[in-house]
Amino acid sequence: MRVVIAKPGLDGHDRGAKVITRVLRDGGHEVIYTGIRKTPEQIINILIDEDATALGISSLSGAHEVLIPKICDKMRTVGLSDVVVFAGGIIPEKDHESLHSSGVRAIFGPGTHSESIINFLIEVSERQKRGEPTGVGEDTGWHWD
Amino acid sequence: MALGLTTNSHQLDLAISGDRRCLAKILTKIESGFVPIMEVQNPWTLGVTGPPGAGKSTLIGNLISEWIKRGEKVAVLAVDPSSPKSGGALLADRIRMQGEESSNSVFIRSIASRNHPGGLSLFIGHMVNVLCACGWTRIIIETVGSGQSQTRIVAFADRILLVEGPDRGDIIQAEKAGILELADIVVVNKSDISSSKLAFNSLNSSLTLNHDSSISTHLVSALNGNGVENLLSSIEECPKSSQREIIRQRERLLSIWDSRLLNYPGLNHILEQLSTGSITLEEAADEID
Repeated sequence: MRVVIAKPGLDGHDRGAKVITRVLRDGGHEVIYTGIRKTPEQIINILIDEDATALGISSLSGAHEVLIPKICDKMRTVGLSDVVVFAGGIIPEKDHESLHSSGVRAIFGPGTHSESIINFLIEVSERQKRGEPTGVGEDTGWHWD
Repeated sequence: MALGLTTNSHQLDLAISGDRRCLAKILTKIESGFVPIMEVQNPWTLGVTGPPGAGKSTLIGNLISEWIKRGEKVAVLAVDPSSPKSGGALLADRIRMQGEESSNSVFIRSIASRNHPGGLSLFIGHMVNVLCACGWTRIIIETVGSGQSQTRIVAFADRILLVEGPDRGDIIQAEKAGILELADIVVVNKSDISSSKLAFNSLNSSLTLNHDSSISTHLVSALNGNGVENLLSSIEECPKSSQREIIRQRERLLSIWDSRLLNYPGLNHILEQLSTGSITLEEAADEID
């Protein structure tokens, strides 16, 4: 799978994002890391140019409530509805539901095992093969626990 | 299948009319074997190679900014190696080409070298042709200069830039790898570090020994932009060298030859026979031939 790992906003802490890129690479994925401090527009352009299947958004600054729905909305507007969005970092439990309804399919917090992320992507590709919705602009309802 | 073909050519038409999403999709398809059929124009291509950490991507970032000022549209195919163990790849060249993602004049595509038989040589040319048809006037192929198959990919470009760092006092080592004879322009990057001058001098003296005055050399700093404008003019005015054209074609041929070998259907069987010693290398080569 081609996966873009993105750091939106002013959050400059990317150790976690870098660990995830390694985990995904070792899981056999082609991972494109955007680097820190990207605007939603820049992330959208990278997704388009790289023809990505999935987008992982890392957020530790507390701006997830604003930035993640904004990115998801833009993705739907420009026709990236089939791209899978997942998130990680410091995202409190109480915000999970609203992010899921924005189209985020998985949220990984501190203490997540790397296999869990790999298994999520395996589940995604199996669902895609069966024609079930996984993309940011497709029917919500399914998300990874 | 017929539907697939129509969709492909429709997508290609949309890409040529300026749809970036379709262009990206077409490039993905080319990676998996799709051969685009279209009128081939004359693409402008630059291959950039050099050891890891020499500053290739950062320097390309600088060149992109300069080209945009001059009204060019720049596309970059950034090739990174795939892990032989997992098959995955970390494609992070674009981090160093900061600041230009939002511009309509830049298209950056990361490519994993993958370990699929045939490597990149079978499709890199198609990618370049499609980019050219889509109006990209400066097309850059970037590869890390380690391993021959990686280096050979830059031979698919019409002019080649070798980027060296200042910490490799032994630039002559590069000659052994054969890349120096392929390069039209050699750059010693990081002129902001004092040892770069030394590296630059030793490069120039080794070129003098070769009696090759057609290679132009530059000392630049991708960090502060020193020397980049001169380098750009040098790239733009890069003369065709007939001697290097032969070397370039030789590398292209070797690359295609490699691909054919790796795609040979009985390859695994031959390798097994070789490993058990039941045939000799010569016999194996004769069988493939």
